Amino acid sequence: MNLWESIRVSLRALRANKMRSILTMLGIIIGVGAVVAMVGIGNGASASITSQIQGLGSNLLVVTPGQSNTGGVMGGSGSASTLLLSDVAKIKTAASAVKALAPAVSTRVQVVYASGNTSTSVTGTTAEYAQIRNVSLEQGRFLTQADIDDGSVRVAILGPSVVENLLGSSQADILGKVIKLNNVPFLVVGVTASQGSSGMLNNDDVIYVPLNTAQNRLIGKKNLNQIYIEAASADLMVTAQEQVTAALRRAHQLGTGQENDFTVTNQADILSTMETVTQTMTLLLGGIAGISLLVGGIGIMNIMLVSVTERTREIGIRKAMGAKGKDILLQFLIEAIVLSVLGGSIGIGLGAGGSELAGSLLKMDTSISGPSIALAFGFSALIGIIFGVFPARKAALMNPIDALRYE
Amino acid sequence: MLRLQGISKIYKVGDSEFYALRKINLEVGEADFVSIMGPSGSGKSTMMNILGCLDKPSEGEYLLDGVNVSVLTSNELAELRNRKIGFVFQGFNLLPRTTALENVELPLLYAGVKTRERRQRALEALELVGLSSRVNHRLKELSGGQQQRVAIARALVNKPKIILADEPTGNLDSQTSEEIMAILQSLHEAGSTILLVTHETDIALYTRRIIRFLDGQISGDEQIIAPHIARAHVVGEKGAAS
Repeated sequence: MNLWESIRVSLRALRANKMRSILTMLGIIIGVGAVVAMVGIGNGASASITSQIQGLGSNLLVVTPGQSNTGGVMGGSGSASTLLLSDVAKIKTAASAVKALAPAVSTRVQVVYASGNTSTSVTGTTAEYAQIRNVSLEQGRFLTQADIDDGSVRVAILGPSVVENLLGSSQADILGKVIKLNNVPFLVVGVTASQGSSGMLNNDDVIYVPLNTAQNRLIGKKNLNQIYIEAASADLMVTAQEQVTAALRRAHQLGTGQENDFTVTNQADILSTMETVTQTMTLLLGGIAGISLLVGGIGIMNIMLVSVTERTREIGIRKAMGAKGKDILLQFLIEAIVLSVLGGSIGIGLGAGGSELAGSLLKMDTSISGPSIALAFGFSALIGIIFGVFPARKAALMNPIDALRYE
Repeated sequence: MLRLQGISKIYKVGDSEFYALRKINLEVGEADFVSIMGPSGSGKSTMMNILGCLDKPSEGEYLLDGVNVSVLTSNELAELRNRKIGFVFQGFNLLPRTTALENVELPLLYAGVKTRERRQRALEALELVGLSSRVNHRLKELSGGQQQRVAIARALVNKPKIILADEPTGNLDSQTSEEIMAILQSLHEAGSTILLVTHETDIALYTRRIIRFLDGQISGDEQIIAPHIARAHVVGEKGAAS
């Protein structure tokens, strides 16, 4: 009997037990579907986080203050008030690999305009910020050197989400209007272009004001929250990082052996950290899904074993009619493989659809990669073979006379 | 055709040995029609299983068509069953949920016969047993007698040297039994070697030779000079409708 005949015999047997075949496939459908969906979502999350971090600016270094230490109680990272505007000037003169730098302070404010009222984050910074952080303008202008030099001018540049929250539409006309931040009136001079507002990093829900104005009118403290630094080139990132660290240690008069009271974070570091996190997440989700795939495979073996027992008589009849052990083995093995491969294909479809749906619901890109589909498909076929061989062998080795007598 | 020499079948129950068959010597010639009779437990079914190469004897030599069966592997036995032996069982032993045609095609499938020829030969076999009008019926749509005729068609579709029938009429009423015997008689007249197990003398009297079994041994072997003639008119389309 050739392979094609074996396949036809197997398909006929599966059709004869539709309900059981579908239920058996369900385990594999769910398993493969979960693997494909989880890996798709994981890859999508990883890709979107990468693009967000790259969107923060190119060749970016971020200096944040160290932890505060009040009477032995450690505050969170960035809680110390060790970073000052004077540090900026010192870095600028000492670090040759630095192309531009922008000090920044931030706080949360209540924004009021007409009947609109929203809470958002305000960033006080300088004109260089736009270049370093890739901020582009939809309307009006960004902060200028004149704004910074003035020291008390109250101008604001709004992110599109702020405009939308205040007026109900990001396209609304707000340029030249006066809004109130914590009851301090500011003139709106610009609206930034959308940078994509996905995940936890929303670069659109922010208001930019001049550094001094923010420190004097909104925060009331002189320390900085961040210094954003653009290195001259990608190759000079490490050099720049070393120079900035050295300059700040000198500025803060730290002797050898004393720990830094600040942190210089490399964009590449953030990127690789985030990638590690998302990869771990993908692996974790994929692993859990993989376990369900395994359970599905055991389900197939279970059903095939039941099927072999239930069809003992059929096996006996086939053997009496001249079926060899090989023919019976092939028949049951093909049944198991058809179940798992068919289930796997449906699972891939559902998984791709599911991750697409999750992507549109969570407003993130998902990517179903060819390798993950091939892997899931190959794995399900493998499961069919592995978990099918045992029952199929059991059937093939049956003694015809015992099988025929079986009630 | 068939030659058994010193065939024994021994089952071990605990420490003691039980002889299902004890030193059987038997010869069946070409185109003979033999019935094997005997009470339950006399070894006649064990005998049939050994003759059908479904079971192996513990001792002795079995020559089928000149081939010593005792030394064959299970694959070779499968091939032998496929090419030389046709089975008819008491419980029909047809595949459920399939059609008459698919059942009859089964031995041809394992013989590697191509689809078209397979179908052609299965249809011919079904015509021979008078079931031409039922080929695509599923088994549950057929009566007991019709199912047994499907089984006979299946047994003869591969043109075997020998047809083994283990109580083929055991589950059938007397009229249907006679129909089945009529088919077997016509097969015999066409040249088939047939062995059938039965415990009904009525049935045995349709054959040419009766071998009696008792306690695993042959207790009698007689030729029937004038066998009964089963009503042959039931074979054909009319019989199929009954």
